[in-house]
Amino acid sequence: MYSFDFERPTTVADAVAALSKEEAQALGGGQTLIPTLKQRLASPSVLVSLSAIEEIKGVCNDGGVLNIGGGTCHADVAAAAASDFPALAKLAGNIGDPAVRSRGTIGGSLANNDPSACYPSAALGTGATIVTNTREIAADDYFQGMFTTALEEGEIITAVKMPIPEKAAYIKFEQPASRFSLVGVFVTKGADGVRVAVTGASEDGVFRWTEAEVALNGNFDASALDGLSVSGDGMISDLHGSGDYRAHLVAVLTKRAVTEANG
Amino acid sequence: MPKDNGIGASPKRREDVRFLTGAGQYTDDINVHGQTYVHFLRSDVAHGTINKIDTAAASEMPGVVRIFTGADFEGVGGLPCGWQVTDKDGNPMKEPAHPVLAQGKVRHVGDPIAAIVAESLEEARNAAEAIELDIDELPAAVDMKAALQAGAPLVHDDLGDNLCYDWQFGTDTETVDKAFAEAAHVTTLELRNNRLVANPMEPRVAVGDYARANDESTLYTTSQNPHVIRLLMGAFVLGIPEHKLRVVAPDVGGGFGTKIFHYAEEAFVTFASRQLNRPVKWTSTRSEAFMSDAHGRDHVTTIQLALDADNNFTALRTDTHANMGAYLSTFASCTPTWLHGTLMAGNYKTPAVQVNVKAVFTNTVPVDAYRGAGRPEATFSLERLVDKAARELGVDPVALRRQNFITQFPYATPVAVEYDTGDYNATMDTLEKMVDRAGFEERRKEAAARGKLRGLGVNCYIEACGIAPSNLVGQLGARAGLYDAATVRVNATGSISVMVGAHSHGQGHETVFPQVVAEMLGIDESMVDIVHGDTSKIPFGMGTYGSRSLAVCGSAMVRATEKIINKAKKIAAHLLEASEGDIELKDGQFSVAGTDKSVAWGDVTLAAYVPHNYPLEDIEPGLEETAFYDPANFTYPSGAYACELEVDPETGKIEIIQFAAADDFGNVVNPMIVEGQVHGGLAQGIGQAMLENCAYDENGQLLSASYMDYAMPRASDVPFYKVDHSNVTPCTHNPLGVKGCGEAGAIGSPPALVNAVLDALNGGGYDVAHIDMPMSPSRVWQAMQG
Amino acid sequence: MAEVTMKVNGKTVTKSVKGNTLMVEFLREELRLTGTHVGCDTSQCGACTIHVNGKQVKACTMFAGEADGAEVSTIEGQAAPDGTLNAIQQAFQDHHGLQCGFCTPGMVMAAASLLKDNPKPTEAEVRHHLEGNICRCTGYHNIVKAIMAASGQDVSGIAAE
Repeated sequence: MYSFDFERPTTVADAVAALSKEEAQALGGGQTLIPTLKQRLASPSVLVSLSAIEEIKGVCNDGGVLNIGGGTCHADVAAAAASDFPALAKLAGNIGDPAVRSRGTIGGSLANNDPSACYPSAALGTGATIVTNTREIAADDYFQGMFTTALEEGEIITAVKMPIPEKAAYIKFEQPASRFSLVGVFVTKGADGVRVAVTGASEDGVFRWTEAEVALNGNFDASALDGLSVSGDGMISDLHGSGDYRAHLVAVLTKRAVTEANG
Repeated sequence: MPKDNGIGASPKRREDVRFLTGAGQYTDDINVHGQTYVHFLRSDVAHGTINKIDTAAASEMPGVVRIFTGADFEGVGGLPCGWQVTDKDGNPMKEPAHPVLAQGKVRHVGDPIAAIVAESLEEARNAAEAIELDIDELPAAVDMKAALQAGAPLVHDDLGDNLCYDWQFGTDTETVDKAFAEAAHVTTLELRNNRLVANPMEPRVAVGDYARANDESTLYTTSQNPHVIRLLMGAFVLGIPEHKLRVVAPDVGGGFGTKIFHYAEEAFVTFASRQLNRPVKWTSTRSEAFMSDAHGRDHVTTIQLALDADNNFTALRTDTHANMGAYLSTFASCTPTWLHGTLMAGNYKTPAVQVNVKAVFTNTVPVDAYRGAGRPEATFSLERLVDKAARELGVDPVALRRQNFITQFPYATPVAVEYDTGDYNATMDTLEKMVDRAGFEERRKEAAARGKLRGLGVNCYIEACGIAPSNLVGQLGARAGLYDAATVRVNATGSISVMVGAHSHGQGHETVFPQVVAEMLGIDESMVDIVHGDTSKIPFGMGTYGSRSLAVCGSAMVRATEKIINKAKKIAAHLLEASEGDIELKDGQFSVAGTDKSVAWGDVTLAAYVPHNYPLEDIEPGLEETAFYDPANFTYPSGAYACELEVDPETGKIEIIQFAAADDFGNVVNPMIVEGQVHGGLAQGIGQAMLENCAYDENGQLLSASYMDYAMPRASDVPFYKVDHSNVTPCTHNPLGVKGCGEAGAIGSPPALVNAVLDALNGGGYDVAHIDMPMSPSRVWQAMQG
Repeated sequence: MAEVTMKVNGKTVTKSVKGNTLMVEFLREELRLTGTHVGCDTSQCGACTIHVNGKQVKACTMFAGEADGAEVSTIEGQAAPDGTLNAIQQAFQDHHGLQCGFCTPGMVMAAASLLKDNPKPTEAEVRHHLEGNICRCTGYHNIVKAIMAASGQDVSGIAAE
């Protein structure tokens, strides 16, 4: 690792101030950033840990919207969402491993927007609102491609508001080595209709499979997806699977998610 | 009735307490006063010409002690290869220079270019970034067959081509060709034995510590064989006489073969500590391990079986390309030849067997022995082929195997080795019961009703362990003897220290070896301790690999203990005023046969060291004996393995339902340890068959360079295994009758899993002849698409 | 350099550390608690697993500064002061749940975390919990068995006793 100063503010205001310094970088749970720093692929002058900011931790159900502090670790989300939003609890409870879930945060995951991360599919699949220290961003506007988001320099995710859908399920098909999603599909049926969000598959990061959404809005049953497929073009192709394989999995996992959502 | 102690018992491991409390002493836990840290600047291209390495600015960076490059090693020896293979025309293999730091060219991603020694690792890494490198990237030789074509990029320009050797062995071509011409059926299979990375959980570490006052060097290193490192590094690389060089391999966190070899980093820290008169420490990161630890396997094979009209095997021939990587690692040349070709007969009485192996240099990390070393490759090729033959002929794969099993022992194969004992039908019988093979078709139907494709794969294996008879391997090209040694030092009060050449890096020698000595002497195991891993303390032994520790070093220990008993009986005879021939040793008591006269073990040992009433004119005082043991033959563990699994036809994902191993290891000293060894081997074999794949792109860039892309088996990938070692045909030529158990699991398991996948697919109506390992979901799914 | 104070295995320690000091470096180099091991650099092997404020974390993927004020426990703090192994450690020895020992501290710490939250885990739950702890020696058989035994479950029916 390169040398850097380490700061650990206890309020969002102090964190924002610390992040205004030249080459300052925010540290969420660090589960992606720290390995990156070890490889010397980042060289901040100051690393600003968000882990001591209590005001951005915790989960509450505000009238059918799960309000999750940006600094809430995956394990805490899994525990807090277990009764109100089990699909989200399942997603959070299967990210990485127990140690990753103790440290990694929802805000960190969404800020990083790894194309294989699980959380982006939940945010997009629920039509969540990303709340930062300066504004609120709709999930549909937030994700802008692999590792790219609407966040400005120094902007901190303080909360994520997820409308709790009537029905939901997340199915993750793991990449055998990293255990990230090779493909993950988050399906919801809520007041505003069906959403199908796909992670892991596309070179553009998380995306909505709108064709499936249309079909499922007509009939929220796996059979409604018969004959539907996504193209392998633009899908990630690597050691672990071709674009065509990922495209195939998108269809398979979406059906399974719908079946699971229907209980 | 299980025993509580001695041979056949399973006492708790005594080494566990330190490992369970964080008190283990691994090499990275060693810090020497005043130590410096080295960081290696490694090539990020697979092949290139080094035009310039400018270290001037980097040398001025804070904390830098000195920067070394290849130029500093001119006149220093290269890393040696320990085995000279002779090709089919009688010519020696090509043996390119393997410098400690690259000279003139870089030949694989990870090839060390410069070594930066600094006061801290961070400062060394900072300085590495300030080194100005000018490297002209060259086209890389990556694919083995392409590397042998005219005009391919040359890994070593002076060799003229990339062929290390073309080796042929076994039955003559005319006989084999005739058998194939007369065959009623010929089965052909092309397959790849995937490249693997051993990945012991402890990365390699080396600390060089030079004491100028007495001109002595100490190397602390993560090695399976400290004396081999001392010999190779002292004699061939650095020119340090043995008495001035101490090699210590303390607690070592797994080896699996990859810690046998002598590596550049070990030579570097020893060399640099002498140059700088400062200790130098290197700790590999996992990322560095992927591009500097020797890799394993990587064969591409075409194999053919000829059968007569009654389905008897009449001939077998194989043509293998074996990847050597960019340089010859310590035993690289031996693995695909003498550890592979000699096992191609397998468990079968095939009368004609011919093996051809072309070893190829490529711009990849050197390849060498990894758990099983050559024998997994032989087993996989053969057992896949036999399964394919059975499917083509429409016969039961187990019946086809049984029909062709060797049943008379000793049996001399057409590929030079003589199996001393075995009972292949017995282990197959056991296996069929363990997995309820008879009930499988019902289970297949039940799975089909759930939409799953269920398959059962079976195979057998034979391996050659207990490496190895020195005179034989000498004829075959080994540049070392492969005996081992033990010194049994009995102390005055009767406690015992046994200094052994074997090295324990997970095998539990500290527990198992005392079981043998204690049983022989009739004393409590707690009286016996094992000392290993330090060349200044142990006799010259060759270390631990090839499932040899108990069969070879254990035999040396038995011989030394026998010498102890003989001498102790002389002392006891004197004390008891009896004839030596009348002295019996039982339960730690020496008694005169037919009388009630006896002396205790402790009385005899005390007399040996306080020789007041002692036959000094006939025997020396003291009680310490050393034995070197050179095995008369290899040992031949064998067995039968089965995997039952389900394939999800929509995704190609496999779920293992059961995995069973029925082994014949000869006699077993500690069943708990043996079972643990099999479990670990099975997981590595399952890893190879289902998950692990070390892949390069066409430019020689390593694609699977961390655990993000190299799939290690996790707890959730594997089941509880069923293991059995109740079929025992003792080894006929070592005193314990043991065969070795360390590699069997990794050798026997890959074909069972692959055979099971193909059984599942074909049983489900998919006509798939073969899938290359690993059976990743995408590959299985792809194969099902036709 | 910044000062950090934490309680490690019950003992309060204060040290001045650089900003980029990882927790595992702090333990191994500053405190010489070398039982916490480093087996990878991508936060996957789990050999460095410790507990921080009762939660299972990887010491290689956390800065020392993030543990300022925390209660930390490592493998060195698991046995009783007289050296008696705790129930998990003892089960690992009883059931041969370790070979080379390198991953073992992380396995023991991960198991402790599991059993705290789930005193009687199923085999599948144990295996799932070990997702971030890689062992290359044991094939996991005896690790899973040891953890189930440590939870008080009868493991005598598991193959290869």
